[in-house]
Amino acid sequence: MGALLELADVDARYGPVQALRGVSLTVGDGEIVALLGANGAGKTTTLRAISGTVRRSGAIRLAGRPLGRRGPESTARLGVAHVPEGRGTFSELTVWENLRLGAHVRHGSLKADFDRVLEYFPWLETRRSQQAGTLSGGEQQMLALARAVMQRPRLLLLDEPSLGLAPLVAAEIFRIIRELNEREGSAVLLVEQNARTSLAVAARAYVLEVGEIAYSGRSDELAQNDSIRRSYLGY
Amino acid sequence: MLVRPATSWIVPAALVGVVVFLVVGSLDSAVFAQQTVSGLANGGIYASLAVALVLIYRATEVINFAQGALATFTTYVAWQLISWGLSYWEAFVATLLIAFVGGFVVELIAIRPVERRGNQLTVVIAAIGLLILVEGATGWIWGNGIKFVPSAFPARFYHLGGATISLQDLGTIGVSLASVVALWAFFQFTKVGLAMRAAAVRPEAARLVGVRVSWMLSLGWGLAAVLGAVAGLMAAPNPSYLLQPTMMDGVLIYAFAAAVLGGLESAFGAVVGALLIGALLNLLQSYVHWVTPQLLLPVAFVIMLVVLLVKPSGLFGRTRVRKV
Repeated sequence: MGALLELADVDARYGPVQALRGVSLTVGDGEIVALLGANGAGKTTTLRAISGTVRRSGAIRLAGRPLGRRGPESTARLGVAHVPEGRGTFSELTVWENLRLGAHVRHGSLKADFDRVLEYFPWLETRRSQQAGTLSGGEQQMLALARAVMQRPRLLLLDEPSLGLAPLVAAEIFRIIRELNEREGSAVLLVEQNARTSLAVAARAYVLEVGEIAYSGRSDELAQNDSIRRSYLGY
Repeated sequence: MLVRPATSWIVPAALVGVVVFLVVGSLDSAVFAQQTVSGLANGGIYASLAVALVLIYRATEVINFAQGALATFTTYVAWQLISWGLSYWEAFVATLLIAFVGGFVVELIAIRPVERRGNQLTVVIAAIGLLILVEGATGWIWGNGIKFVPSAFPARFYHLGGATISLQDLGTIGVSLASVVALWAFFQFTKVGLAMRAAAVRPEAARLVGVRVSWMLSLGWGLAAVLGAVAGLMAAPNPSYLLQPTMMDGVLIYAFAAAVLGGLESAFGAVVGALLIGALLNLLQSYVHWVTPQLLLPVAFVIMLVVLLVKPSGLFGRTRVRKV
């Protein structure tokens, strides 16, 4: 079985600043992979390179198809749901409108998808017409996940889903990510500062250091390797 | 980050006051009632164009100064179609379709390349260039003389108390408001409408869910041009406008003032602002003997300046707080 997502020798730059140098990684079908590293290591840029929100070179393939010069609109149509930093919430719109936007690239009835979303987030039912910007941080993060579920993605790109959340809420978010992965079969590429928790969720992990992959391997091995843990993961 | 103004009761109270003033005045005096209705008809014309301005402003934070000239151009298209033998309503529908395609294409060829390379100021300059170009083209194609466009409504008058109210005025109010309501429903209930709103408020996030943002902008220009065409078609038969290449220049200023009064980001506010400006300016002209029609445009400017100085967010706009 070939990888669902494959990056080979990907570079990305913001103007004169090179943010990624020869990054290669794979995410298998239905796999959860964590992307770890310090601030500014290029984690977010890697996600942005995949969805096409930053200029990049090198090969990026989704299920064997090159993503090439596609913009984020086209990447989304191929089944990639990117939940960016700051969650990409349409805070001026209602909860229900946010969910409808999640299904923008799909056709047909939303009812079945909304019912599925409610299985994960039953509280959304009563908050449908609430303005999304008035939700709490944790609720907004759940709404972002719910929006992604509406898209029925093959690959979920999650950027710091636990950022700024209380530990209990963050744990709940990770529990839902794992459940989404198991029940919906979506592969997940998870960017996190919180290395310990993400290694517990992910099967494999890559560690980025100033725009390059410094280490990669199975999560349990990385978690047990003391020198990697101390130098790169900071716990 | 958007914050609701704290003094939210002042605006509704002031509006209720104005409505009470208009209703009591109309019940008291037939002339007042008559002037109020024809003022509201003007307001309906301003409202269509004001909502067109709001539509583009919300998406790009740019005032489309060419909106009036485009509206005049499409009204000439309607005149041309009618003079070729189409019935009024056939020409009406065809003109709206042509306006939609025209607005879409104008965004594509005149605005999008500029927007990609420049900033809001360059887009404003492009819009002003477009205004000059379109107005010039209109005069070049159809000449500068006045053309006569028939009214959508038969010349019928209703007598209510002592007041005489024309079907033309009532129809103008009805058609303008109906077009605005139709647009609102489109934004509220359709997938494309929602995508356009998402593209306007959060273009980056909209792209990530698969919305083709640049097409949404073109679509916005198309819809704005349709509203402009409605405004032009309602204005042309009215003796205070009449179809000539500069027909909508004044209307654009009133519409701009109405949009600013309403808060620039709020289509509802623009409609309320337009009806207020239409009705109050007409009454001002009727009752204050030294206010001649020449003075109305400056008054609209004064309204706009006062709003910008005292309450830049307008009646229904929200104050934008930028976190630094």
